[in-house]
Amino acid sequence: MRNTITIASRQFRSYFNGPVAYVVLCVLLGVIGVFFWPPFFLAGRASVRQMFTLVAYAVTFAGPALTMGLLAEEKRSGTLELLITMPVREAEVIVGKFLAALGLWAVGLLASLPIPLAVASLGNLDWGPVWAGYFGVFLLGSAVLAIGLAFSSFTDNQIVAFFLTLTTAFVLVLLLGWMTPFFGGSVATIADFLSFMSHLESLARGVIDTRDVIYFLSVTGFALMVAFRALESRRWS
Amino acid sequence: MSDVMIAARGLTKRYGPHRALDKASFEVKKGEIVGFLGPNGAGKSTTMKILTCYIAPSEGTATIKGADIWDDPIAARAAIGYLPESTPLYGEMLVAEYLEFMGEMRGLDRDGLRKAIRRVVEECGIGSFYAQEIRTLSKGQKQRVGLAQALIHEPPILILDEPMSGLDPNQATEIRELIRRLGKERTVILSTHNLSEVRLTCQRVLIISKGKLVADDTPEALAARGRTRYTLVVKSAKNARDAFARVKGVDSVRVRDERAGETTLEVLPTSKDDLRAALFQAAVEAKLTLLELERRSENLEVIFRELTVDAGAADADEARDEDDDASRARGEEDDEREEEREERAGEPSGASDDEAEGAKPSAEEEE
Repeated sequence: MRNTITIASRQFRSYFNGPVAYVVLCVLLGVIGVFFWPPFFLAGRASVRQMFTLVAYAVTFAGPALTMGLLAEEKRSGTLELLITMPVREAEVIVGKFLAALGLWAVGLLASLPIPLAVASLGNLDWGPVWAGYFGVFLLGSAVLAIGLAFSSFTDNQIVAFFLTLTTAFVLVLLLGWMTPFFGGSVATIADFLSFMSHLESLARGVIDTRDVIYFLSVTGFALMVAFRALESRRWS
Repeated sequence: MSDVMIAARGLTKRYGPHRALDKASFEVKKGEIVGFLGPNGAGKSTTMKILTCYIAPSEGTATIKGADIWDDPIAARAAIGYLPESTPLYGEMLVAEYLEFMGEMRGLDRDGLRKAIRRVVEECGIGSFYAQEIRTLSKGQKQRVGLAQALIHEPPILILDEPMSGLDPNQATEIRELIRRLGKERTVILSTHNLSEVRLTCQRVLIISKGKLVADDTPEALAARGRTRYTLVVKSAKNARDAFARVKGVDSVRVRDERAGETTLEVLPTSKDDLRAALFQAAVEAKLTLLELERRSENLEVIFRELTVDAGAADADEARDEDDDASRARGEEDDEREEEREERAGEPSGASDDEAEGAKPSAEEEE
């Protein structure tokens, strides 16, 4: 556990030593700032549901940027060899890296808190759906970050990791949701089940359905397991 | 407790059909500085990666201070301080931050970490750039930081993969001195393809070629395996070759060069006995005008070349690769000789493997 925290805290600090953290935070807050307010004033309702949709869109692009270098860059530069030859378990490395990315994602979400606070000052905001929505985008973000970490563990090229994660996140967050109306029968059911947005929707309404929570946690757990196996596989290659 | 710190038994690593390491077995005892020598691609780094549990062997095993790399990799890793090839460091970190991180990863508590950092800063001479960003350091300074992280937990075993590659002669001398100092209390394995480095630093040499261990000896004993050669320059005469071939103790005589009325001959003896007097006498008896006579022992470079190039010569398919390796090794030897000459200029007391005994440099060198 101690090793996990040490790895996470180094990685977290390294985000702020380079441009990644600032770019990600700017993208997140920029997207929300530009696209949230105009429809908000048009609708004239004290709700931040639309903000969570925008946050989900933002993480589709910000997630790959956050995770692309986690293992790929360490592999390319050779620092992974040094890290792995410490008395540390592969699982600790994976979890440590994941927690660092998740920590930055949490910082981003915290930074967006002034928006519901501003909305609350303009009208009668129901805070229940707000907290549930934050919980939902936190889980959605964690699933995207875990997928990004898995792709980062396959390659030593950050750009490859970025585009693989971006494509997967685009399909899961956006494409499946957009395409569902065009499908019928079981295909629509499967697409709807896999779509991140459909699971976020009910959370953003303030309904914490365990199926949605388990879905995001399962995707996160599966992706972390894949990353762990990929890291471990270097021993046998 | 046994004083065997590293015991490798039948280590084999296969990448598809290619064997990067082939049944390598060796032991390293406490307090030894062992040089792991071989051409590029011979299997040095593979062995080190296996010993540090970064990759697993396809067959065989190793114990590090009694801990098996299969059964207890965490204990094995804990006993090792490792500096991988090309010294990978986090460029964006300060040296101080980096050492702190590595110390924490090694499980040092706050107090222990402070003391350890103070110790390695002094030991590795990194005080002057301790607060600097790693990416701004020179190669030699980075190498020192790499060594410092390897030493931070006071490991009984140090594994250093090509610690002096890419350093200029001054930096290499500094790092060599540091390794020698460290080796007084620790077991050190360092890999290299630089022969002078081994001669100057190591007490024992393991030579690896095409994944196989082909020699395990002291540098002196390896150098002593070399044959002695005599180079004679005489005024050209038809009977020159026969005159020397008749001398007792001569194995073969070869005309190496013939120009401007002078013939250069190379004489290989059957033993290490000194034949200079007999060769001189033979020249007198055959009425030859002897212009030069030089006795020369083969040095470590030649032994290395013979061991690493000849090891797989039987395999016709591999012959091409071998030529590549040999030419690489030869190229490196050239660099190395130059480096060595510079070092000798600075270190007059440095011993030489070449035992040239003659008034003039050999014809080979003149060429």
